[in-house]
Amino acid sequence: MFNIFKIALRNLTRYKRRTFLTASLITVGVVFVLVFIAVTGSFKHMMVGQITDSFVGHIQIHKKGYLASIDNLPLTMNLNPKALKKVEKAIQETAGIEAWSKRIKFGGMFSNFVETTNIRLNGVNPEDEAKTVPLLFSRIKEGDKTIRKGEILVPELIAKGMKVKVGDMVVVIATNKDGSVNGKQFKIGGIVESATGPGGRDGYMHIKDAMEVLRMEKMDVSEIALRLSDFNALHEVHGNIKGILSKTLNKAGKPAFEVHTWEKLSPFFNIARMIDVMTFFIKIMLIAIVLVSIMNVMIMAVYERIREIGTIAAIGTMPEKILSMFLLEGFCLGVFGVLTGVILNAGVLYILNRVGLTFDFGRQKGLILSPTIDLSDVWVISAIVIVVSVVASLQPAYKASKMEPIDALRHV
Amino acid sequence: MSLVTAKDISKTYMTGDIKIEALKGLSFEIEPASFVSFVGPSGSGKTTILNLIGCLDKPTGGTLTVGGTDISHLKRRTAASFRGENIGFIFQDFNLLPVLTVFENVEYPLLMVQNIPSDERKKRVMDLLDAVGMIEQKDKYPDQISGGQKQRVAVARALVTEPKLILADEPTANLDHKTAYRVIDIMKKMKEEFGTTFIFSTHDQKIVGEVEVIFMLEDGELADRQVKGG
Repeated sequence: MFNIFKIALRNLTRYKRRTFLTASLITVGVVFVLVFIAVTGSFKHMMVGQITDSFVGHIQIHKKGYLASIDNLPLTMNLNPKALKKVEKAIQETAGIEAWSKRIKFGGMFSNFVETTNIRLNGVNPEDEAKTVPLLFSRIKEGDKTIRKGEILVPELIAKGMKVKVGDMVVVIATNKDGSVNGKQFKIGGIVESATGPGGRDGYMHIKDAMEVLRMEKMDVSEIALRLSDFNALHEVHGNIKGILSKTLNKAGKPAFEVHTWEKLSPFFNIARMIDVMTFFIKIMLIAIVLVSIMNVMIMAVYERIREIGTIAAIGTMPEKILSMFLLEGFCLGVFGVLTGVILNAGVLYILNRVGLTFDFGRQKGLILSPTIDLSDVWVISAIVIVVSVVASLQPAYKASKMEPIDALRHV
Repeated sequence: MSLVTAKDISKTYMTGDIKIEALKGLSFEIEPASFVSFVGPSGSGKTTILNLIGCLDKPTGGTLTVGGTDISHLKRRTAASFRGENIGFIFQDFNLLPVLTVFENVEYPLLMVQNIPSDERKKRVMDLLDAVGMIEQKDKYPDQISGGQKQRVAVARALVTEPKLILADEPTANLDHKTAYRVIDIMKKMKEEFGTTFIFSTHDQKIVGEVEVIFMLEDGELADRQVKGG
């Protein structure tokens, strides 16, 4: 095999310019695809991280039907203490959950004593919420990075529109589930920056304050957000907890709870899927580039070496050795293109990280991308290119191996 | 026992709708360790008979045996294997592999066809390169040596597998007078030394003058057989 490999390599160096051009084409394709995967992958991971760690969490549990009415934030669809206990039990029985947080979500009026506007609010336990969505407090632009009783975190757009700042007193008025209206005065404890996605422009207060505003005697929570110890186990954990909770049925005989991953809760999931689809098509393009360029070179190589093929066949070289000689040529071209591509890709990613790629997404400005690529992606792309190189060489190699020596020797 | 025995062999080609009878019922025998030539005008069937003996082509009729094996109907792989073991080829255009050095060209059949161990391979190649006077050029590539040198390398390559038979199609056609004689001398010497049978297809009077048996072909038929000194 080593000798066939040596001959294949020598044949490649015979037409240096052609080999260089073909390998360069493959290299450019590999670099392009790897950089694309690195940049889009980093964007995707960053955005998913932002969404799940800032406000959504990895998984959310609601009462059945809540999600369909989430725009209204219906208090009538909250989980009562009995249901909450069942959920808590299910959480304890499910492996892989790192933290969880109860939320009371409601809509209300926000007044600075001069003007009034609508506001969506989350009543949370700050310790639990910080563990479940660790980026929440880093979104507090002004004020202390916590939620104290009697204080409210106001979304930056409302703070700007209502011209309020940290330390100002405001009033929150809300209607409870029985229809009675109540109001409570709060001090602005912080201004929280907007994030892309549902819930990204909500305000926050302590869960006990939320109960007070809504005149709740017992805690009825709107949702429970979960954080997993391993994000990659998302679907496994989701399946497990859903399986446990699905045993509890409502009066209609259907599961009393609904369990959703962040994918169902955030529209960014569709963008992430689009990125995956684009990546798939970029890979198809790479395959086409490699296939056409290698096939072209190998067809030329066979055509130019017909007499040589005739000679080695006449000497007694077996067809499979002739086949492997040409297959190895294609293989070597692919390997050369891949190696150069991977090295250049590392250089390009280093430069991109040094320069710093910034972009705006929705209301989030100046997000900095740090493109990195998984080793698994490098392996997959390398394997694709090498396999396609061999496949592209197959037809010309097969033709060479099937050549009748007498015809090949006559070729002029 | 004869090395090559042809009994009533014929070869017919179809060129479009036209039937061409390249060989018409040839019968002959060639003894081991002989120096034989097929001569005749162009189209007389010289190359065709060499192709048949070399298992590169199959006769349309008759039987052809080489070294006791009937090669008239060998399958593709069996024919390749038979050629690798028993037959050496010397071509008019030398047909050396341009990406291999002189040493590697001679080594090629041992390596790729016969799988001979490294030490023995090296010894055989060096011995033959020495015998054909090409040891000094062993690391050169074919484009760095002359036509005569290339043909000497081709002779060494044909002999390296120690075949019973070497087929040489117009081996001196592309060589000058002096070089042609040198190559013929080498082949004669090799024949004496290794007992190899050389069968030529040629117009070249230099070869014709040196061979022991001449088969004269005319229009695909054996017109005459001359044995020198016989």
